[in-house]
Amino acid sequence: MRQFTSFIKKEFYHIFRDRRTLFILLGMPVIQIVIFGFALTNEVKNAKIAVLDQSKDVASIALLDEFNASRYFDIERNLTSYNEIEPAFKAGKLKMIIVIPSSFGEELKHLNKAQVQLIADASDPNVANTLTNYASAIIMDYQARITQERKLPYTIKAEFRMLYNPQMKGAYNFVPGVMAMVLLLVCTMMTAITIVKEKEMGTMEIMLVSPVRPILVVVAKAVPYLVLSIVNIISILLLSVYVLEVPINGSIPLLMGVSILFILVSLALGLLISAATDTQQTAMFISLIALFLPTVMLSGFMFPVENMPFPLRTVSNIVPAKWYYFIVKSVMIKGLGFSSIIKEVAILTGMLVFFLLMAVKKFKIRLA
Amino acid sequence: MTKGTVIQAEGLTKQFGDFIAVDHISFEVKKGEIFGFLGANGAGKTTAMRMLCGLSMPTSGKATVAGFDVYKENEAIKRSIGYMSQKFSLYEDLTVKENMRFYGGIYGKSDAFIKQKTAFILEHLKLEKEANLLVKSLPLGWKQKLAFSVAVFHEPEIVFLDEPTGGVDPVTRREFWSMIYEAADQGTTVFVTTHYMDEAEYCNRVSIMVDGRIEALDTTIALKKKYEADSMDEVFLKLARGAKRGE
Repeated sequence: MRQFTSFIKKEFYHIFRDRRTLFILLGMPVIQIVIFGFALTNEVKNAKIAVLDQSKDVASIALLDEFNASRYFDIERNLTSYNEIEPAFKAGKLKMIIVIPSSFGEELKHLNKAQVQLIADASDPNVANTLTNYASAIIMDYQARITQERKLPYTIKAEFRMLYNPQMKGAYNFVPGVMAMVLLLVCTMMTAITIVKEKEMGTMEIMLVSPVRPILVVVAKAVPYLVLSIVNIISILLLSVYVLEVPINGSIPLLMGVSILFILVSLALGLLISAATDTQQTAMFISLIALFLPTVMLSGFMFPVENMPFPLRTVSNIVPAKWYYFIVKSVMIKGLGFSSIIKEVAILTGMLVFFLLMAVKKFKIRLA
Repeated sequence: MTKGTVIQAEGLTKQFGDFIAVDHISFEVKKGEIFGFLGANGAGKTTAMRMLCGLSMPTSGKATVAGFDVYKENEAIKRSIGYMSQKFSLYEDLTVKENMRFYGGIYGKSDAFIKQKTAFILEHLKLEKEANLLVKSLPLGWKQKLAFSVAVFHEPEIVFLDEPTGGVDPVTRREFWSMIYEAADQGTTVFVTTHYMDEAEYCNRVSIMVDGRIEALDTTIALKKKYEADSMDEVFLKLARGAKRGE
């Protein structure tokens, strides 16, 4: 026990003396939340659009008023002819142009149908897609209103309800992702680096000739990062609840429990990497390439895994972050209980045991 | 085992695949002795030392360290020895005091012991003023002396030094050796590998390893006489010339 406390004290000295790293470790989650929360959002607000209204009747003006009223669009210019469309896009600021044909009001009144053309700048496909969706929704709204006024006999009206995330906030998606990413980075990379550093410095050898059990050395290394990670989870959750207004719908103890499980998996992975490498650079490189990229790409956080080709979907199953991401989404956003995440928890536990056994085995081979 | 023998090796061998790193070496080291373990790079010194420290399992042969068997009583050996490696081994981002407290702690020493021993060493090395400085701010020579003090901090029976004076200037090397003498005077057995032949002269007895085997083992005076040499350097060259293994 005495040995153990000496060790842990030493590890904390290492961490606190290295101010820059400490700042990165504790500041990173905050910065990521801020970046993802305010800069990297899929929502498009106040997109600049132009209008070519050839009809200029009551109906078209009413429709355009709806656009003007929405917070998604700013009508910047009124065009007067088709020839202006191309140059208007080329000037670069417009995202979309609404074209209303001259017969719009007339046709709507007498034929009960009319056409509106939406031309979007698809050089950024995501924005173009989002904007045309918003625009369609506004047009639908408008249509719904005028049909009500006229009382047509047969209409089907689709009503949407966005379950779990009524405002369609991007934050609901990336808060769990940032949690997985930060934990992996802090636990896996930092543990791997700090253990390999002892090897590089020759201090590991001193540990091994001392009566300290190797397992103690390793556990003592992991403890400070476990503590730091818990601090990080708490700061991410506080930021997401109070700044991004993403609620925690499920049980907080359950969320913390599964997070600690994921931390342990990450620590075990870091251990495995440290047992397999001899220099800090290699350890860092492996952590980044083999873990960080798959976490971002294959956990479902940036790109939906369901749409990936079969081989990638298979590979994604061995990425621990994928399971953790699913768990956090289920517990935090959907408010589900333990019974609905048993499979994922079992998989993570299996991974933990596997990584630990591998790491211990590797470690022993090196000592022989 | 004769009385006062602290290290005894008999036919100790380590094989990595086809390569015999250490080939049936046998020797004894007595209590309080400074035993020089010489050899060119790749002769097998470090491997032999690692077996004695319990870092590596021998392939065959027998050995006891401080009366404990290297195969079975690994843990007991670890408690009886100190070790200083050729790589510098203090924590640079810890202060002088913190390093000592840490090493004392991993050997399970009490706070009182650590406090008293730290004060003693600091006074002895005249480092009282630097006690709370980070180790990285000290000159190399001091770090080396400090590393030795830390290796014998828990008062081990035997201390293993693996090329302890690499990269240190001659004055510091001399001071370093006077520390080794002090330790030996207090009854600590010193097992030291080196390839500085002038350092070999400081040892009570030396063994010279060539290609995994011990080719010579005696006091320096006896060796010089036997090989008709003026210095250990000459003795070493005569023996090492036959070496087949390169760097």
